[in-house]
Amino acid sequence: MTLKLGVPSKGRLMEKTFDWFAERGVTLRRTGNEREYAGAVDGLDGVELVLLSAGEIPRELAAGRIQLGVTGSDLVREKIADWENKMRELEPMGFGHADLIIAVPKCWADVETLDDLDAAAAAFRSEHGFRLRIATKYHRLVREFLREAGVADYQLVDSQGATEGTVKNLTAEAVADITSTGDTLRANHLKILTDGSVHKSQATLFRSRRADWTDEMRADFMALARKLGLED
Amino acid sequence: MASKSAIRAEAARLFDRFQAAGAQPVEASVLQSADTLLDLYGEDIRSRAYVTADPLQGEMMLRPDFTVPVVQMHMSDGAEPARYTYMGEVFRKQEHDDGRPSEYFQVGYEVFDREDPEAADAEVFALFADVLSPLGLRAATGDIGILLAAVDGLNTSDRRKAALKRHLWRPRRFRTLLDRFGGRTSMPETRARLLKTVKKVGVDGVLDQAGAEIGLRDRSEVAKRITALEEDAATPPIAAGEVDILDHILSLREKSPNALENLRDIAVDLPNISGAVQRLERRLDALSAKGVDVSKLDFEASYGRTTMEYYDGFVFGFYAESRPDLPPLASGGRYDALTRVLGQGRSIPAVGGVIRPAQVLTLTEGKQ
Repeated sequence: MTLKLGVPSKGRLMEKTFDWFAERGVTLRRTGNEREYAGAVDGLDGVELVLLSAGEIPRELAAGRIQLGVTGSDLVREKIADWENKMRELEPMGFGHADLIIAVPKCWADVETLDDLDAAAAAFRSEHGFRLRIATKYHRLVREFLREAGVADYQLVDSQGATEGTVKNLTAEAVADITSTGDTLRANHLKILTDGSVHKSQATLFRSRRADWTDEMRADFMALARKLGLED
Repeated sequence: MASKSAIRAEAARLFDRFQAAGAQPVEASVLQSADTLLDLYGEDIRSRAYVTADPLQGEMMLRPDFTVPVVQMHMSDGAEPARYTYMGEVFRKQEHDDGRPSEYFQVGYEVFDREDPEAADAEVFALFADVLSPLGLRAATGDIGILLAAVDGLNTSDRRKAALKRHLWRPRRFRTLLDRFGGRTSMPETRARLLKTVKKVGVDGVLDQAGAEIGLRDRSEVAKRITALEEDAATPPIAAGEVDILDHILSLREKSPNALENLRDIAVDLPNISGAVQRLERRLDALSAKGVDVSKLDFEASYGRTTMEYYDGFVFGFYAESRPDLPPLASGGRYDALTRVLGQGRSIPAVGGVIRPAQVLTLTEGKQ
């Protein structure tokens, strides 16, 4: 059995992942023509490259169909319940930074913290008769974060894109979304809560805990880990 | 783990016991309106209940408990007084892999009776104690009504009391608020800055500078909250003595007669809890009359604060001391406020509880 390494199949995330491995003496490359999702690992035996959509890598790791995978730490936490029992973070890779934050309209002069958001949500519910809506696609992460913070009387509404626009369109009162510079938020008259950082995400190399590891795979993994300079 | 048919048979046995005690058997739909449950429990219920979509009825949930549908049924067409029993499966999503089942049987007994609430509390508890007596369980009891009365009795603004009561079931958040209202911690820096600016340029001045008005929460709502924040900043802290009393109540863990004595002493300084303490006394008398040895009955004032959000009076649970890994074999309590929420203007004192037959079997099998 060979070790399967799952890597994002396109775009900057793929390029940066290839660079990251290359800097450590492991060459990942695509094979076949440009549209074919096939790849190879040079310089190491027993490791197979699998090109996957970044969003599917968490699920494949959790199921043990791949032993190693590169994906955003936010995606793992969002998609996999009890993720820590299913995989382990080997190394943050220093790119693909994205912060999941909670933002509210800038005109809410009274709301700067989660504590304020909770109080505003209570008042909003008694005024409007429904729970204050927060638009997001990161349901699990946001719900767990707000539960920890003791925020009540809110509801999550699903938004798979253009989330910053939901407030102006009156489909939500606040948003929980990924930001890197905050420009889109500002352009949409939103501000980040001072303690509203849900998760600081970056591309991360994960190792599955579920996969059935043979001695051979373990040895191949140790060779890879040494090359990558991972502490174990 | 017992087989499902064995669990069903055990459930049927308990169901018979409850009917023999005078309860009318009732059924509840597996599919429940998600809106009702979400409004009651908040967004958190999504992580605990299975959500599914019906093309006509919209979002539905597999019933996470029977209490809500039984209360709805009683409030829409129940005769008074009423005693109900039910058996069936409930469905709970498990987000952590700790071996807890995601579907399991419950057998319940619920009493809707205005006549004598403390007697009804005692009736339910004594029945459960009797049914479970062969298992040698430890009973835990508490009374959320005492906590609510204690908060109501604080010498502070209604707004602060409302905030504390709203978070009674979130102990950490409750503590943060109590520390702030008691002057043990200062207000957040951002709020101090806001209030300073308001003092300088007025509420309208602040709002004029705040940026484009977007969203449903409008300028008047923001202004209203800023005014509330100003008022709160001008409200003196809750006296240290009162916070100490509240802390004392929250940490109270005693055998029931001692707890009652303790609470009577506390009521001298916090007279608002007197009514709730008298109810505790009447309940203990009613329990004694039903043959419960209250001198050995544990009372924890904080019991039920983390798990039982709709209970607002007497609360109880039965635990196997030899198996601390098991969730309680039975639990229940009083939920008068829930009947008001679901009763569309009407309400009735109500108390009840459930037994988990699978846990009963786990324990009896272990004993054999």
